[in-house]
Amino acid sequence: MKTELAIIGAGPAGLCAAIEAAKNGVDVTLIDENRTAGGQLFKQIHRFFGSEEHLAGIRGFEIGNMMLEDTQKYGVKVLLNTVVWGMFPDLKLGLSNGNMVSVIEARRIIVSTGALENSLSFPGWTLPNIMGAGAAQTMVNVNRVLPGNKVLIIGSGNVGLIVAYQLLQAGAEVIAVVEALPEVRGYQVHASKIVRMGIPIITSHTITRAEGDSCVRKAEIARIDDTFKVLKGSEMILDVDLICIAVGLRPLAELCWMAGMKFDYLPQLGGFVPLHNENMQSSIEGIYVAGDVAGIEEASSAMEEGKLAGIAAGISLGKIVKKQGIEIINKAKEGLRALRLGPYGDYRQESKEKIVHHYYAA
Amino acid sequence: MEYRRSLLEKTNGIITLEKIEKYNGYPSEERFSKGPVPIIECIEEIPCNPCETVCDRHLIKVGKPITNYPRLIDPDGKCTGCTKCITICPGLAIFIVDKTYSENEASIALPYEELPIPVQGEKIVGIDRAGNSVCKGFVQKVLSRKNFDRTHVVTIVIPKEFADDVRYFKRIDE
Repeated sequence: MKTELAIIGAGPAGLCAAIEAAKNGVDVTLIDENRTAGGQLFKQIHRFFGSEEHLAGIRGFEIGNMMLEDTQKYGVKVLLNTVVWGMFPDLKLGLSNGNMVSVIEARRIIVSTGALENSLSFPGWTLPNIMGAGAAQTMVNVNRVLPGNKVLIIGSGNVGLIVAYQLLQAGAEVIAVVEALPEVRGYQVHASKIVRMGIPIITSHTITRAEGDSCVRKAEIARIDDTFKVLKGSEMILDVDLICIAVGLRPLAELCWMAGMKFDYLPQLGGFVPLHNENMQSSIEGIYVAGDVAGIEEASSAMEEGKLAGIAAGISLGKIVKKQGIEIINKAKEGLRALRLGPYGDYRQESKEKIVHHYYAA
Repeated sequence: MEYRRSLLEKTNGIITLEKIEKYNGYPSEERFSKGPVPIIECIEEIPCNPCETVCDRHLIKVGKPITNYPRLIDPDGKCTGCTKCITICPGLAIFIVDKTYSENEASIALPYEELPIPVQGEKIVGIDRAGNSVCKGFVQKVLSRKNFDRTHVVTIVIPKEFADDVRYFKRIDE
């Protein structure tokens, strides 16, 4: 199999990259291990923040539907249920769809594999129904299965706060959101929305253990001091049957490691992040990265990075006239700059600049 | 449950009236006397502006940079109370308060995304920003338009003295 541009991962970044490149005449193959494209968009039943250009005020799954339509319209080849098990520096990808193993030869590759939820270990953490908040969100919003009725959420970032709200919408009782830091980490508007619905957000607390049998039944939470030490005697036992862990994400970058890309450790972006330049070109010629794999942000930034990578790949393939391409690239960069403003964006902007700086220094 | 109350006492993350006054501005009683007023409760510099672009009368201002705190610029009471800003806000952070509803009552239009959808006339308990029950009231109107995309606008009526505090409600049957 041969293709001009292979894109690994059909989430917001991969879809945007595929659409932009295909729209401009590039032959694109979009590969995803799941049975549908869309990545995390189809579990995002909430409206997106941003500006009109970032489709603000529209729900995530509607954005997903719009993008799936566009991939069809522009003739993107989509390989679903297909795992990429290897990425090699000569731009070959090893694929497996469960029945057959094959190799696809690409002239350019975009890695948009997304992120993995961080876990948190404590006594009892392997009990059934202790899961990532993202997993619970998939169960409830995509598969329409409510995983539990009495929920404890660990972590008050936007994921924790949004999942608390959505589990409540689905009919669960959210006992509390627990946060180790002294302050709520996510947007105040998200926090406010669940607080007025009666969900307590308990800061400077952590989970110390869980108990149960075939399912988690009890959680013990306790106050912690500013060195994160548990204060004896502050323990509190809560009756729960679901614990959602929302303590951040990290780039899902195994393929990038495998291919020998250079990395940087940037805690602000989720840990080890592949180096890339301002047009998302990685340290390996012809391979681009975009979206959460290139540093944890949100779907809107992933879409802009996907656009950037898709156009940059198209220009380097000679399929997009440089002048026109650069116009789109500059617009995407402007969009990214806007999304990285304010107290929730400044540190991401700074870290992203570091990556680009290290790319050129390496 | 008893621990529930002690958990609520520890709750953090409440937007207060003081912060709203500081960052978004809170309308004067004179402005309230002119009819419905959108109350914006968005106290952080989030890059987001659909409230600005959705308002047909250009009464909400974010401007540039997009992280500016949204503010209502409507001293003369031009707001018609169309509720578009309520349903477009991804933070569910806009409410329309009408203190001219009656002599002793105010109406509050708020975004609602729970099921079942309330019905007109239903009795409710008004809830403040911290999740406390503060007063009784009733559902005056429920708007469920297609372009609201599944965010319903529920208008509740409560005693006027709670109009600056109540931002949600509880169904009484629950």
